[in-house]
Amino acid sequence: MRSLSYLLIGILFGITMFKSEAASWFRIYEMFKFDAFHMYGIIGTAVVLGVIIVQAIKRFKVKSFYGDPIQFEPKEKSVPRYLIGGFIFGLGWALAGACPGPMFTLVGAGYLPILIVIAGAVLGTWAYGLVKEKLPH
Amino acid sequence: MDWIMQPWPWYVSGAAIALVMLLLLLVGRNFGMSSNLRTFCTMCGAGKTSEFFRFDWKEQQWNLIVVVGAIIGGFIAAHYLTADPAVAINPVTVAELNTLGFESAGKAYLPTELFSSGVFSEPATLGLLALGGFLVGFGARYAGGCTSGHAISGLSNLQWPSLLAVIGFFAGGMVMIYFLFPLIF
Repeated sequence: MRSLSYLLIGILFGITMFKSEAASWFRIYEMFKFDAFHMYGIIGTAVVLGVIIVQAIKRFKVKSFYGDPIQFEPKEKSVPRYLIGGFIFGLGWALAGACPGPMFTLVGAGYLPILIVIAGAVLGTWAYGLVKEKLPH
Repeated sequence: MDWIMQPWPWYVSGAAIALVMLLLLLVGRNFGMSSNLRTFCTMCGAGKTSEFFRFDWKEQQWNLIVVVGAIIGGFIAAHYLTADPAVAINPVTVAELNTLGFESAGKAYLPTELFSSGVFSEPATLGLLALGGFLVGFGARYAGGCTSGHAISGLSNLQWPSLLAVIGFFAGGMVMIYFLFPLIF
């Protein structure tokens, strides 16, 4: 049952990424050029509703469907890792035109060259693991 | 039902993303896609090379199932829920992309110059795709999250680190498009 719920949520996510055009390289380019409101509207709506959802969960101590308390793990305090890591991510996001969620959506949509992007992303993750200790965090 | 075949407006799309985050929280999980890339590394045996990959990947199985769902969702959306895949970006952007050499701007979902199957015989294009992916993977783990983990989940939880990461995302994206694209394309 739990596996099925993850699968259905994933399907909803995949359909949303494609139909919102957030998985389109063109939309990402247009966003970074500030030529349209579309992507800002998507992220803005998601964040405004997300803030309300998270605050409501905390205030009313909402439990998961399985009765466990819903926990939010705070990110560790730091500045360099978020700015530098984020900057590197942004370079790649603009070049490949896809972030990790849409990458998988595009495989299903049949754009096979995205597999090269995914292979690169796995390699990049691996490279980070190798040099992690030498980087400012 | 005609609306579903059209591109979804931003408010429907944004609400659907918030719903995905809510549903994941309600089944006791968190919304974050890039951690799957780390799981892939561990499954391929990267634990032998770095302590960072030494964890029981089965704990992340739920997220891999979300990935399978995202692939199926992409298939359904592209094949059954889309009348015309062309993305109607701003005509100003189309003209700009045309001068950069992207003739498919405004006529396709992804630029055919980068994502048609013909690119498999173009080493330079493959290199660009791999480089883009590499930066996404490296940067996401360095920053501890990607668009879903930081821009959506993190900002929703009003976490300062996520705001810093999102500022980083935009700085990197703008440097790539304003300064590096004219050199690359």
